[in-house]
Amino acid sequence: MTPENRAAYWRANLRLVACCMLVWFLCSYVCGILFVDELNRIRIGGFKLGFWFAQQGSIYVFVALIFFYAWRMNRIDQKYDVHED
Amino acid sequence: MELKTLTYLVVGASFALYIGIAIWSRAHSTGDFYIAGKTVSPIANGMATAADWMSAASFISMAGLIAFLGYDGSVYLMGWTGGYVLLALFLAPYLRKFGKFTVPEFIAERYYSRTARIVAVICLIFVSFTYVAGQMRGVGIVFSRFLEVDLTVGLLVGMGVVFVYAVLGGMKGITYTQVAQYCVLIFAYTVPAIFIAIQITGNPLPQMAFGAEVGNTGVSLLDKLDDIVTALGFNQYTSGTKSTIDVFCITLALMVGTAGLPHVIVRFFTVPKVRDARSSAGYALLFIAILYTTAPAVGAMARYNLVNTVQPGEIGSTDGNIAYAERPEWFETWERTGLLKFEDRNGDGRVQYYNDGNPAYASTAASYGWQGNELTVDNDIMVLANPEIADLPNWVVALVAAGGIAAALSTAAGLLLVISAAISHDIIKGIVVPEISEKNELLAGRIAAAFAILIAGYLGFDPPGWVAQVVAFAFGLAAASLFPVILLGIFFKRINKEGAIAGMLSGLLFTYGYIEYFKGLFLKWAGAPWGENVTANWLFGISPEGIGVVGMMLSFLVAFAVSYSTAPPPERIQHMVENIRVPRAQ
Repeated sequence: MTPENRAAYWRANLRLVACCMLVWFLCSYVCGILFVDELNRIRIGGFKLGFWFAQQGSIYVFVALIFFYAWRMNRIDQKYDVHED
Repeated sequence: MELKTLTYLVVGASFALYIGIAIWSRAHSTGDFYIAGKTVSPIANGMATAADWMSAASFISMAGLIAFLGYDGSVYLMGWTGGYVLLALFLAPYLRKFGKFTVPEFIAERYYSRTARIVAVICLIFVSFTYVAGQMRGVGIVFSRFLEVDLTVGLLVGMGVVFVYAVLGGMKGITYTQVAQYCVLIFAYTVPAIFIAIQITGNPLPQMAFGAEVGNTGVSLLDKLDDIVTALGFNQYTSGTKSTIDVFCITLALMVGTAGLPHVIVRFFTVPKVRDARSSAGYALLFIAILYTTAPAVGAMARYNLVNTVQPGEIGSTDGNIAYAERPEWFETWERTGLLKFEDRNGDGRVQYYNDGNPAYASTAASYGWQGNELTVDNDIMVLANPEIADLPNWVVALVAAGGIAAALSTAAGLLLVISAAISHDIIKGIVVPEISEKNELLAGRIAAAFAILIAGYLGFDPPGWVAQVVAFAFGLAAASLFPVILLGIFFKRINKEGAIAGMLSGLLFTYGYIEYFKGLFLKWAGAPWGENVTANWLFGISPEGIGVVGMMLSFLVAFAVSYSTAPPPERIQHMVENIRVPRAQ
């Protein structure tokens, strides 16, 4: 593997991690904590939206996020030809 | 069948299953003993991780805690799940690629330092023992309540079972018993929740029932709960009392702490490939999420059921509260354990439950003739009493007992294994006798596991008063010492030995000092805590539970500052880091 290729692989990884961390931060800290009062004015079904994010929504997003990361990362591995076997 | 007999049968059958699995999956090598020979499928590892992670506290205490905290309880829900995202993105795949046995071993090799290894071992042992004590306590509580045996007998039986499968099977035995334990505990947790959800809202899915309409009233469960608790002088269920910065920091400290806990990290060493480590973190969180999204629903429904039981009529009317003589059977059962207490302060023979600590509500309470709150409920009974409150059949109650024990045992076993690995692999093989044979190291691991069980049993039997307080410390410690040093080791080649040790120690000492100052841990004899534990005194308004975040940032800063002012790490270390960043072996 060439050093350039290695560096490009690592940059692709970091970009993906940064995107995932942004979503992670938005769903829990922004929607569930920082702007919870504002979002609580919006309702979905019997839930206040901010409260729902804090006690339900953020957890669903976390699960989806890890599977998304694993899937994308496998593709990146293939692209740079660094996947196992 | 009588409840007690049924409980004995269900719990006994679950024990037989665990021991059977342990005998089938005995460890034959140190690789089996420490990391299950790297042969665990990502889904099985996900289940095992979920059982490992969800402790007696998650199973027994969390929903009860949320029931009384309302929105503020969100810190546990987000904090104890969001950490898996950090684990999957920053640690698990790379540590799996590194491919060794323990967390301190990674720190030792990456930072080419025995000192770093010793500091890591100390953090690990402290964090793990703190946890284990709580698990053994949980086993004791379940035994004494449901099997009505003495606490000591309960503990001894629990220790015996863990002994068999942890000592015999090592990580391999633990992994497959944890898979079975996950199934037992998740079934035991969700079945009562589904029944109660149907009873209250008609919707069988607790996650939906949480926001569904109560009966045919046209009002949703959460709105109804907000109404009744505020009418009793409590804070609104869906809004909190903690400051935003504190909620923010506690959540972050729990997330980072979760990602830094050695017994969780080491689980990702057991899968065959780097790819599996990534997806396994997803499966782990998926299995955890089943319980963690049910728990807040259970909390809200339990609070609703409790208030309705105590206050069946209109608030303030003379016969609005339940007469003590007519209390339901579960009320009596739990009174006997001392976890539910009633004191008739105004002598009317009825139970009043309200917030007597709210000055704005005092005159209202006085106009009703109430002279103080008469009911104290321990958080821990909400989940255990739930099936009885909802009048579910006895087999459900028996199942909940088996589930509580499964949750406690699975976590205890995982913790005991990382403690024994730290002793036999990091201390004995890594430092004291490097030339030890594999056979003897395996034996040392088994002996260390046996000793760790004895100490854990003792801590569970006679928990020092500081156990509850050090939980915050355990997370703070993992967040401020282990997590930064591992992350930096992977993502920043320039961090050297000096930086890592300085970073770990500064995070550790700062976090420890802050918690000691406000809560008192080991220096009670010297007059700790010195500061009054109130918002006005806290640094930036952050409570000791959330201070790990500041410790973590300090640790990062110090590690960078020291590393860049000293020589870079040797060439071979930089190569090693490049190598662990790439999945394929080179």
